[in-house]
Amino acid sequence: MSVTVSMTVNGKAVSGNVEPRTLLVQFLRDHLRLTGTHVGCDTSQCGACVVHLDGVSVKSCTMLTVQAEGAAVTTIEGLAQGDRLHPMQEAFRENHGLQCGFCTPGMVMSAIDLVRDNPEITEDEIRKGIDGNLCRCTGYHNIVKSIKAGAAAMKG
Amino acid sequence: MYEFDHRRPGTLADALDALRAADDGTVLAGGQTLLPTLKQRLASPSDLIDLSGIAELQGIAIDGDAVVIGAMTRHADVAASSEVQQKIPALAALAGDIGDRQVRNRGTLGGSVANNDPAADYPAACLALGATIKTSAREIAADDFFTGLFETALEDDEVVTAVRFPAPDKAAYMKFKNPASRYAIVGVFVARTADGVRVAVTGAGDGGVFRVPEMESALAANFTPSALEGIAVPPDDLNSDIHASAEYRAHLVGVMARRAVAACG
Ligand SMILES: Cc1cc2nc3c(=O)[nH]c(=O)nc-3n(C[C@H](O)[C@H](O)[C@H](O)COP(=O)(O)OP(=O)(O)OC[C@H]3O[C@@H](n4cnc5c(N)ncnc54)[C@H](O)[C@@H]3O)c2cc1C
Ligand code: FES
Ligand code: FES
Repeated sequence: MSVTVSMTVNGKAVSGNVEPRTLLVQFLRDHLRLTGTHVGCDTSQCGACVVHLDGVSVKSCTMLTVQAEGAAVTTIEGLAQGDRLHPMQEAFRENHGLQCGFCTPGMVMSAIDLVRDNPEITEDEIRKGIDGNLCRCTGYHNIVKSIKAGAAAMKG
Repeated sequence: MYEFDHRRPGTLADALDALRAADDGTVLAGGQTLLPTLKQRLASPSDLIDLSGIAELQGIAIDGDAVVIGAMTRHADVAASSEVQQKIPALAALAGDIGDRQVRNRGTLGGSVANNDPAADYPAACLALGATIKTSAREIAADDFFTGLFETALEDDEVVTAVRFPAPDKAAYMKFKNPASRYAIVGVFVARTADGVRVAVTGAGDGGVFRVPEMESALAANFTPSALEGIAVPPDDLNSDIHASAEYRAHLVGVMARRAVAACG
């Protein structure tokens, strides 16, 4: 049995018919074709699926679409303004904060939430703050560097 | 995931009616344990009764010398609460170290205590602080609430509404984390109150969270880490898994307990 859901995604009002068991990430990827949000595990541990829900980071694989009824969701596709990348995206590009890029959307979404909460964030706080995001490629060094640079750029 | 119906009642009374009316209803709080369980098809409820629309289950209030926290209060809100930071800083710190940032933005106090995962953090705080679990039907002392592995005193169709934590003189929680899941391999919560000292251990026990009376009486006489020298928890009733043997966990209980007492200052 399907139900109707309505929410705001990347600033636009959207609605759709989903089964109650449809995960938010499935709604974003399969119904809205916003495939920037990834699925890297089925144990809620990797963070590839992180989006913002009413301004805070959540794992869209560990939420039902119906739980986002009426909410404002931002995905990686909603960050850039036209051709201009968000300062955090730009910082990942500049600092080689990605290799294969699979974890990157989730990393960037987590990083922005983290920095909004703590603009003067230290390297230690960054390392601890992204412990819900796993990367199989980079060894994290350049991710941490990117977030540090992104934090500085977001202030300016 | 198997199919289910989803309902989001606006009051506790409606939630209880929906639970009773359902064939096999389950309440949904933050979903950070329930949804992974459903994804693995380890459960197949007919109805999920979503508690997120019920205002009376939210929020943090000071009640005399205690802090009362609504069941649907998220870990991130407990960690950030100035009331909790002021009255029971060890509890705010514990909440701020559960899982990761995204889990803390969804997971709730009520879900954690109702689930009673043997490696969860809140059960240790409830037991050591002598908390009272308030439900839709009654009030249950933490000592009587956590009854075994993923088992609690909750009846079918009984919902946790809030937890009342009396403020201690001093308290601290030390957790040795599993680096992958961030759950406790061993966590020890030590609290000193007017009524004495309570020591609760999570992550280690075969039957979930437990108290250590020998440590409590030693600390009541002398509240210093050295008072715990020579007190060992026997490994017989402790977990052994790929992460740690029972002997290693027994050792960690002593280490974490001494560190927690030291952290009490
Ligand atoms: C990656 C990851 C890491 C984690 N790390 C930790 C950790 O380090 N420490 C830790 O303690 N926890 C950890 N957790 C678990 C997390 O804290 C969960 O949020 C918590 O266990 C369950 O809370 P919830 O609100 O998400 O409940 P849900 O998942 O919604 O519900 C859990 C269970 O409790 C029942 N329930 C929920 N609310 C109530 C209520 N009010 N009354 C009666 N029954 C209820 C549900 O029916 C269900 O059976 C982790 C989870 C994940 C995914
Ligand atoms: S897909 Fe791995 S945490 Fe969501
Ligand atoms: S860049 Fe490949 S997983 Fe992180």
